[in-house]
Amino acid sequence: MSGSVITAVEKLETGIPGFEHVSVGGFPKGRTCLLSGTAGSAKTVFAVQFLVEGIRRGEGGVFVTFEESPENIMSNMLSFGWNLEQLVSEGGLAFVDASPQLDQELVEAGSYDLGALLARIEYAVGKVRAKRVSVDSLGAVFSQFSDVATVRGELYRMAVALKKLAVTALLTAERTEEYGPLARFGVEEFVADNVIILRNVLDDEKRRRTLEILKFRGTDHAKGEFPFTVIPGEGVVIIPLSETKLNQKSSTLRVTSGNDTLDEMCGGGFFRDSVILVSGATGCGKTLLVTAFVSGAQKQDDRCLLFAFEESREQLFRNASGWGMDFETMEQQGKLKVVCVYPEVMGLEDHLIRMKREIRAFKPTRVAVDSLSALERVSTGKSFREFVIGITSFIKHQEIVGLFSSTTPTLFGGASITEEHISTITDSILLLRYVEMFGEMRRGITVLKMRGSMHDKGIREYAIDGQGMHIGAQFHGIAGILSGQPMQISQPEIERMGSLFREELGE
Amino acid sequence: MNKFRLTLYVTGHTPRSEKGIRNLQRICAEELQGTYEMTVIDVLEQPQLAEDQKILATPTLVKELPPPLRRVIGDLSDTEKVLLGLDIAAVVERNERKGK
Repeated sequence: MSGSVITAVEKLETGIPGFEHVSVGGFPKGRTCLLSGTAGSAKTVFAVQFLVEGIRRGEGGVFVTFEESPENIMSNMLSFGWNLEQLVSEGGLAFVDASPQLDQELVEAGSYDLGALLARIEYAVGKVRAKRVSVDSLGAVFSQFSDVATVRGELYRMAVALKKLAVTALLTAERTEEYGPLARFGVEEFVADNVIILRNVLDDEKRRRTLEILKFRGTDHAKGEFPFTVIPGEGVVIIPLSETKLNQKSSTLRVTSGNDTLDEMCGGGFFRDSVILVSGATGCGKTLLVTAFVSGAQKQDDRCLLFAFEESREQLFRNASGWGMDFETMEQQGKLKVVCVYPEVMGLEDHLIRMKREIRAFKPTRVAVDSLSALERVSTGKSFREFVIGITSFIKHQEIVGLFSSTTPTLFGGASITEEHISTITDSILLLRYVEMFGEMRRGITVLKMRGSMHDKGIREYAIDGQGMHIGAQFHGIAGILSGQPMQISQPEIERMGSLFREELGE
Repeated sequence: MNKFRLTLYVTGHTPRSEKGIRNLQRICAEELQGTYEMTVIDVLEQPQLAEDQKILATPTLVKELPPPLRRVIGDLSDTEKVLLGLDIAAVVERNERKGK
């Protein structure tokens, strides 16, 4: 051995959104990484994006294609905003076209190797001074030649050659099952140092894409599957959940809920950087509370962003004006932005990315989501939990006050799955509940939890009229409201209970 | 008279390259007496040519003329397959018939 100095594995920043976090800094530099996935798992997009981001950083890239023609790839990638043709003509990108030539029959007469392919790759790497190479895909080479043993040997030789060229290489390989063998034809055997798996799993009629770093030899990475999405105009965007660390600052600044009595109940309003969940059955006034919260922005010169997943902009504006609140003017003043979208139009990962983008662009000081449970419809339990954690932590980091509404599945009492996931993350929970008393439907509100503040512990009655919500006095002589089975307790009983505790306290 | 234009792509001076060249020379001498042009290209020296022709394997024999374009890969040790792959057998037969 020569007297070379052994150094730790360096990382190469890929530029793929979210990947640096999952991979703790990027790909192992100068090494070869296997990217394995089933058909339609976005391997090619990932492989192209890896090069495009490199070229943006001034690192040349070589794309070796065994499957699609360069022309096909160029036209497919236009939808992500990547003009590969231009990159080629500017000298940043080079293709090595090893796709099957359908017009030419190939006859094998004797033994052969893939020397020409290696020579072409080496030549292309030199031509654009490439730092990154993508090979898509290994399995397709096997379909072009009959001698599997030779091809495997030659691919091994290619992997060795790529290492010698000091490029960071990404080799894609297809697999037939989401949770089965790593790749076909045993190709994983010669690029076993670093393995990334892309999955596209059908779960409860919904597609869920995830990325998992199976191993990075000699260097660190985050463990487990991370959801990602493929967005037109952007490409692969990974959603790293562990990025959402619990390190947000805490503010003592209060903002109004838009309802004076509610502010009082909360000890003076919501905290600036808190997330509040409003839970209630259908028709009990959640949207009204959201509307009040939005118009509260006007009182405090805040900017509010409202994500509506249940009602259209027109409906929301009409409702607001019905309660004497003028959304139209707020919008004109630039204090309000309403984003209405049906939950079904995209996956939850896309919703999350879109919402983050809207928040970054509008820079609001308060965000309202009406309702979270509508989003629950379009997702599986797992991705919903990831979504809720993602959006709440993002909002808290921006020091924005967030108000989420959630519909309970039953009219009386009860909790929804939404609350199961979100209740421990949110700082405050407001419960709106129907109370059936003497053959009449009445409504009660309570502050179940208010982190870091004193708050009213009582369940108070409220009424809704043309002016909005009016919170009245505490329910007296009633027990079991939250369980959905209110019971009247007679006055002597209350007194007896009261005296019971006095005795115990030794008075 | 149909003249054959044949190009053989090889990688450096490896035993396999040498064998491919020898086999091609033998086949040409035996089957295409004098009616051919043969070029040998080393892809290590001229990678751009390999790129243009989209050559993957070496040795690769390309018959550019007469049409149709045909490719045979391997060290050409299987003469039958080379003739079949290049569609030479038919041409040779035809030439022989004309000569008679």
